[in-house]
Amino acid sequence: MKIIQISVFLENRKGRLYEVCRLLGEHQISIRALNIAEATDFGVLRMVVDKPEAAQKVLRDNHFVASRTDVVAVEISDKPGGLADVLHVLSKEDLNVEYMYAFVEKRSDKALVVFRFDDTEKALRLLAAHHINVIRQAELAGL
Amino acid sequence: MIFNQAMECMSRDEARHLQSERLRKLVAYLHEHSPVYRAKLDKAGLQPAAIRGVEDLERLPFTTKDDLRDNYPFGLFCVPRSEVREVHVSSGTTGNPTVVGYTQADLDLWGEVVARCLYCAGARPGDMVQVAYGYGLFTGGLGLHYGTLKAGLTALPTSSGQTKRQLKLMTDFRPRILACTPSYALFMLDDARAMGLDPRESSWEVGLFGAEPWSESMRGEIEATWNMRATDIYGLSEIIGPGVAQECEHKNGLHVFHDVFLPEVLDPNTGKAVPEGQWGELVFTTLTKQGMPLIRYRTRDITKITYETCACGRTCPRVSKFHGRTDDMLIIRGINVFPSQIEHVLLQIEGVQPHYQIVVDRKANWLDDLEVQVEVDEKFFSDEIKVMQALEARIRHEMETVLGIAAKVKLVEPRSIQRSEGKAKRVIDKRTL
Repeated sequence: MKIIQISVFLENRKGRLYEVCRLLGEHQISIRALNIAEATDFGVLRMVVDKPEAAQKVLRDNHFVASRTDVVAVEISDKPGGLADVLHVLSKEDLNVEYMYAFVEKRSDKALVVFRFDDTEKALRLLAAHHINVIRQAELAGL
Repeated sequence: MIFNQAMECMSRDEARHLQSERLRKLVAYLHEHSPVYRAKLDKAGLQPAAIRGVEDLERLPFTTKDDLRDNYPFGLFCVPRSEVREVHVSSGTTGNPTVVGYTQADLDLWGEVVARCLYCAGARPGDMVQVAYGYGLFTGGLGLHYGTLKAGLTALPTSSGQTKRQLKLMTDFRPRILACTPSYALFMLDDARAMGLDPRESSWEVGLFGAEPWSESMRGEIEATWNMRATDIYGLSEIIGPGVAQECEHKNGLHVFHDVFLPEVLDPNTGKAVPEGQWGELVFTTLTKQGMPLIRYRTRDITKITYETCACGRTCPRVSKFHGRTDDMLIIRGINVFPSQIEHVLLQIEGVQPHYQIVVDRKANWLDDLEVQVEVDEKFFSDEIKVMQALEARIRHEMETVLGIAAKVKLVEPRSIQRSEGKAKRVIDKRTL
């Protein structure tokens, strides 16, 4: 049950992040989770949005480099040690996490964390085997 | 002092006579020893006997950097490779570098002309010359070195870099002459001050600065800060390296050693000579070289020429400080860089033609900065920052390998490189040269 992340190349220049958010807002696209990785002169913006196809189109139309990446949104108990429990499973199963970040919102007593694995399919199998709940793309709109 | 009074001060008639005689021999020599030139002469319908002297020079075909590239590596050599004593390599426009070969006689000639440069700039017998040009494939270091030996002076072959050591040896050995790029002369100021040296008290009294274009304001800065005379030396590896032309103490144009390098100044579009004193492209014929003589080599450097005798007594014609190029070659920290080389590197890395822009700037420390901005394309974009950084590092590494100088690589968003009439402007040179 992977979900689509939109990854955007951003130069370290004033107003670039604003421009992305403005475009998405104008097109009624809602950002559910986001993270920025930065290097010296550039950054990569990663977002989970409710309408990924529309988001990629509007960004491309405005000359942004916007690609799709498969990620997994994992439900985690919102209590001390909740994330550790999931990471324990992952490390035991020798699964590499390229990066991860938390959702802007959460539902009830669960927190949502986006994982980018080096092997998404393997990760999904393992998470299912350990009864760790992952969010489906369709569920994102309702969050 | 004039190193070779007979050659540097002969009358114009004597020069013309000598040049004509040497040109006739050169054409016959090339016809006999160079398949490339034989083909060129045949194509022009010229038998060697048709060239009677300099009055027939303009009938001869041109030679360009493309001829060197097409005959890489040794196709233009007129002697067996075993007779070549030294080769040097400089930038080509794409792919293959430019190779030049010297016989022993050519190395002797090189020493001779650089020795003339040293005395022309103001060297005196007994001087020590600090050669802070790079030694190696670049002709700057070894050219000045051979000239120093031929001039009977003492060489201090520091090569470029290691500035604090340069300055320590200058302080301890007291060389009177400095040879390096003009930007390096200014770059050394900061280190000198950091070491507690007063630059005005340096032992250097005369500098031979070249391998890159520099302005009168840079000259003023070097002369004021280091309290020395700053002269311009010119050369290009295709002709011989440094030693093709040199300013004297009057700093009123660079003396061309016309007994061995026959200059012309032409309209770059028509290929016809421009009147004396008008700007045009400098073209050289090497009159006496053996290993790789060239006929009417298009330097792409823009200058003007005067045949008036200089106040120093030399009759050799003088060319003005250079006024740019007819092509897009950049000279960065003394190294020739063609935008096409950069494009070539990018093409090899991505397999697609990325949009790029080259930004050259001269920083407060007087050294040139080369930045290559590459527009990111979805084909090589990754959501993983380490992949992007690895790509940046790879471009930087390839660039340095091919260009021979460090370049900063900056990944930029699509469309951030300005386009005029749909065509990207490839080079932005912010230096005021």
